[in-house]
Amino acid sequence: MRPFAYDRPDTAAAAVAAVADRPDAAFLGGGTNLVDHLRLGIADPGLLVDVTSLTSTEIVDIDGGLRIGAGVTNADLAADPRVRARLPVLAAALLSGASGQLRNMATTGGNPLQRTRCPYFQDPASACNKRVPGSGCAAIGGATRNHAILGASEHCIATHPSDMAVALAALDTQVRILGPDGGRTLAFTDLHRLPGDTPEQDTELAHGELITAIDVSYPRGRHAYRKVRDRASYAFALVSVAAVLDVVDGTVLDARIALGGVAHTPWRAVRAEDTLRGGPATEEAFAAAAEAELADARPQPGFDGGNAFKIPLARRTLTATLRQTTPRETA
Amino acid sequence: MRIELTVNGVAREADDVWEGESLLYALRERLGLPGSKNACEQGECGSCTVYLDGAPVCACLVAAGQAQGREVTTVEGLAGDGLDPVQQAFVEKGAVQCGFCTPGFLMSTKDLLDRDPAPSDPEIREALAGNLCRCTGYEKILDAVRTAAANR
Ligand SMILES: Cc1cc2nc3c(=O)[nH]c(=O)nc-3n(C[C@H](O)[C@H](O)[C@H](O)COP(=O)(O)OP(=O)(O)OC[C@H]3O[C@@H](n4cnc5c(N)ncnc54)[C@H](O)[C@@H]3O)c2cc1C
Ligand code: SF4
Ligand code: FES
Ligand code: FES
Repeated sequence: MRPFAYDRPDTAAAAVAAVADRPDAAFLGGGTNLVDHLRLGIADPGLLVDVTSLTSTEIVDIDGGLRIGAGVTNADLAADPRVRARLPVLAAALLSGASGQLRNMATTGGNPLQRTRCPYFQDPASACNKRVPGSGCAAIGGATRNHAILGASEHCIATHPSDMAVALAALDTQVRILGPDGGRTLAFTDLHRLPGDTPEQDTELAHGELITAIDVSYPRGRHAYRKVRDRASYAFALVSVAAVLDVVDGTVLDARIALGGVAHTPWRAVRAEDTLRGGPATEEAFAAAAEAELADARPQPGFDGGNAFKIPLARRTLTATLRQTTPRETA
Repeated sequence: MRIELTVNGVAREADDVWEGESLLYALRERLGLPGSKNACEQGECGSCTVYLDGAPVCACLVAAGQAQGREVTTVEGLAGDGLDPVQQAFVEKGAVQCGFCTPGFLMSTKDLLDRDPAPSDPEIREALAGNLCRCTGYEKILDAVRTAAANR
């Protein structure tokens, strides 16, 4: 780790200017990912700009939803009565992630921007196009249990590790951003990008762009979040599903679905949603929706046995989560 | 850099702190408080658990600069005139073997009981999910938490 400077400016604009000015500067949220990376030697910033006290730590009511300040911790967000009552899929996703100690530090801005847990990305001795562009990808043909089945490229097969981001991708979520040239708003589903031939870039954010808040609308319908992992608590998802289904008289009026653990982005399940909308909320329809969503899934061979198991696992987890959103009498 | 913070109710300062240092390192090596343990340094084991402004965090993943001006409580701050009931229960129930994980478990347990004086077993398990113990098999630790809840 080389020496770096730490700064805690007073305003968001000053923080943006400080980071935009220096190519080697980075924002610091709760630090649970970035401080880890400093120690592992896979991040090497010359300046850390702490933004937790200058982005809002408040959750405020806006028309039909909530504005969540980027500095709100994952613990405070999951405990908010409005989130528990009106956005239970988000509360459940948050509480399924990490541990109490980590959720007390992790922030609304930092969580969706946490980097992949690909073991080769985290090991400075391995080839990794995401860490060192052009160096190759040690994961391909390596241990691929945690890797993608959807949207991967020949340059990177990593997955996005966040649970919170899966719920946000399913919901109607807008990201409020402040950059050196002013503010902009981005749909959450446009924030993350597929790896293509530039896997070093996780998101559409430019250097120096700060997430100041996240706006979430309350959806109609019943919520469920289901996370499948190697142990019952405190592990990253092999596959997770966030779903909100609005069913009236047995007909699906609206469906909001996203998958975690399967792609470089929190994966909005557009095909499954389209398959369900306007049709019956039946077991057959749920299975057809899952089938449609996973139709293009491709397994990654690996010396650990590969990850072909994740395709049926994702299909079944999706079906089971949809079932969970549906009151028994209509299922 | 110099950091100023309140540790266990006392205003403290440390000089020549390197920004990349963790709060854990600063507490152990600069402020003479070796109670919080350094095991994984990756947020996985919880043996470094301290309270930052009242909330349990992994001190190994807090950069020292982040603690500037804030309030920290370590395991050394738990006991008053006598042991805290949580500490007493761990002693009584033999919930300690090598003891490396114990400071973290004490901090997490006390935080749990402050929020929920009568937690169910699943609630205890979830609250302690961020603390790993490689010796006890957890049964005695669960006994100790139940005992602490009953004795408080
Ligand atoms: C042992 C362990 C287990 C975990 N298990 C899970 C799990 O099961 N599920 C899960 O979802 N997560 C898990 N996590 C990850 C954890 O949720 C993330 O580390 C955390 O959410 C990151 O938030 P942070 O505020 O600490 O981010 P930081 O570490 O501060 O920052 C992360 C990134 O975001 C950038 N950044 C931060 N804030 C902003 C902002 N406002 N605007 C622009 N950029 C910003 C930083 O520059 C950095 O690149 C685990 C972590 C650990 C250590
Ligand atoms: S999958 Fe992506 S992150 Fe992992 S080694 Fe390959 S390029 Fe790096
Ligand atoms: S040493 Fe901090 S969590 Fe293990
Ligand atoms: S007593 Fe040894 S790790 Fe818990």
